[in-house]
Amino acid sequence: MKGINRARTGMAGVVATFTILALAACGGGSDTSGDGGDGEDGSGDVIRVGFSQLGAESGWRTANTESVKESLSEENGFDLTFVDAQQKQENQIKALRDFVAQDVDVIAFSPVIETGWDEVLQEIKDSGIPVVLVDRTVDTTVDDPFVTWIGADFKQEGTTAGEWVAENAPDAKIFELQGTLGSGAQVDREEGFGEVVGDQVIGKASGNFTRAEGKTAVEAALQAYPDMTMIFTHNDDMGLGAIEAIEAAGKVPGKDIQIVSVDGVRDGLQALVDKKFNYVVECNPVFGDQLAELIKKVYDGEDVPKETIVIDEAFDQTITQETVDARAY
Amino acid sequence: MTPTTPAPVPTGSRGAAVWREVSHHGLFWPLLALVLLILACGAASPGFLDVTVRDGHLFGQLVDLLRNSATPLLLALGMCLVIATGGIDLSVGAVMAIALAVSLTYLDNAADPRSVATVLTAIVLGLAVGALGGAFNGAMVAGLGIQPFIATMILMVAGRGIAMLITQGQITTVTSPPFKTIGSGFVLGVPTPVVIALAAFVVVAVVVRRTALGMFLESIGINREASRLAGVRSRRTTWTVYVIAGVLAALAGLVYGAPTMAADANNIGLMKELDAIMVVVLGGTKLDGGRFYLGGLLVGAMLLSTLERAVIIFQLPSQTTPLFKAIVLIAVCVAASPTLRAMLRGRRRADRESTPAAPVEKTTAAEVTA
Repeated sequence: MKGINRARTGMAGVVATFTILALAACGGGSDTSGDGGDGEDGSGDVIRVGFSQLGAESGWRTANTESVKESLSEENGFDLTFVDAQQKQENQIKALRDFVAQDVDVIAFSPVIETGWDEVLQEIKDSGIPVVLVDRTVDTTVDDPFVTWIGADFKQEGTTAGEWVAENAPDAKIFELQGTLGSGAQVDREEGFGEVVGDQVIGKASGNFTRAEGKTAVEAALQAYPDMTMIFTHNDDMGLGAIEAIEAAGKVPGKDIQIVSVDGVRDGLQALVDKKFNYVVECNPVFGDQLAELIKKVYDGEDVPKETIVIDEAFDQTITQETVDARAY
Repeated sequence: MTPTTPAPVPTGSRGAAVWREVSHHGLFWPLLALVLLILACGAASPGFLDVTVRDGHLFGQLVDLLRNSATPLLLALGMCLVIATGGIDLSVGAVMAIALAVSLTYLDNAADPRSVATVLTAIVLGLAVGALGGAFNGAMVAGLGIQPFIATMILMVAGRGIAMLITQGQITTVTSPPFKTIGSGFVLGVPTPVVIALAAFVVVAVVVRRTALGMFLESIGINREASRLAGVRSRRTTWTVYVIAGVLAALAGLVYGAPTMAADANNIGLMKELDAIMVVVLGGTKLDGGRFYLGGLLVGAMLLSTLERAVIIFQLPSQTTPLFKAIVLIAVCVAASPTLRAMLRGRRRADRESTPAAPVEKTTAAEVTA
């Protein structure tokens, strides 16, 4: 699906820049504690929620979808209409109009892109239905287009990783393995990390969030920066690729070259257990419970903060095998 | 191996004549760029040119370069044949993803993913799926006469969806040492992908150049109708070429994905079709079909992977890497442009009247008598 707009960009694409959205930025998370957090108002009111998910482009998104569905369940007092937009804005706009026609109580959606929502958001506003934005944000001329936003703070993830480095490896010479250039996750994680330990970073290169390209980049970096002692990678997958490259070069990942990562997918945490990663900051997709709570407050007309940051955990090598096995992704 | 190598320059000619002869060869500029890049990397980072033996196999940056060139070479091999017929195959990247998804999903569900027999089955399944994809493309192009660009774009767009269906939207990861060997193992000290890619290259080169197939392809590319009237089974041949491209793309997918053993339907082979086309063009084959040069693919693939590496070795900021690649590739293409050469020659001829006639760039005579 992502390929459509790229097919036409022409033969010179090899050398052209393509910024992929932050689609595959976050890799995953667990889905073990989905239904916590909802209060018991005692009222028999069922809150009718229309949720438009943007698609299923990564394991992270799938985990997010499941968490939302699980938390906005009938037992928890919700009547959820869930529509998957399959990464097309027109599908999403259509779904939003349907929600208005059905006169749901609250509309929640993860916009597939930032722009082009003016008309439909105005329609929703005129109908008086409150909107909760999930994970991504919109750029619109409509005043006050949404009540609140809930999502991950990529910058905070970078900062958390940086703080661990400052505390545990203040002398490390760091090579930064960037995600797809221009994606939100890359820009913000780099910024957050750079603010804390930016002067320790001796080099950067992009691995496009994939294992194979992370491996190639690190192969080259080991040659270009022989004094590097640590890699900060913008996601687990590239870090896993880095392990391959480091081992092939006859060094020990986690020891000769430390690895600090963001994501918390199962394979990444497994590498932590195996002492190949040193620190992993989670990018948590399982925030259905936080979303449910938020929607309840919005429905009851309570004041809600403009932004809700999803709680991210962080793990070091003390992580247990059980925690890893409990991960769904 | 291929008729791309020019006849040796007659001895006794002056240096200028030699220079002209050599620099007129289609591969001269890409090759020059490749050598310069590698030397520059060596200068920028001492040790870059070292190749050592570690644990009984070759190790070093140059070895990495060879290994990384395997995937673009495999893709470009198939692409080159397709382009020779005047077609194009945009689906190779998606076919890589599908083949890897099929192989790894099979391994994932197999009782013993570590057994060699299971791995072989997985590989055969992956290649078969590639052949199937190629057969679909071929049927669309040769059977239904749909424009190759559009026909193969169907699979390019839908292919990732198919791969996603196979992996159920997840990134399937497996642990299977024998499968991993395809991507990160060694045969007699040489990386397995290099061996696989070179073997494929030799097989294709022999089949194409020792049989009439190569000539059929060129004749179809030059004039489909004329070659059909001359007795070439142009439909069947075209179809076969797409199947070959599909199988090679599948092989490339397996080789590319094997080291990490992760079937990432969204990202495996993303934009690789454009890499493949670039390699074909760098190798001196024109996109309008006809004459094709397999030997040039080796240079093109190496140049592409060396460029990827050079941006890190030169410690360029990541934001400027696409620009750097663009500048090098544009420079190579411009330098190798026959039109530019003709213009320069024209000016020189105006200066002095002794330049011999320009060598014919593209033989147009289809000597087909099948």
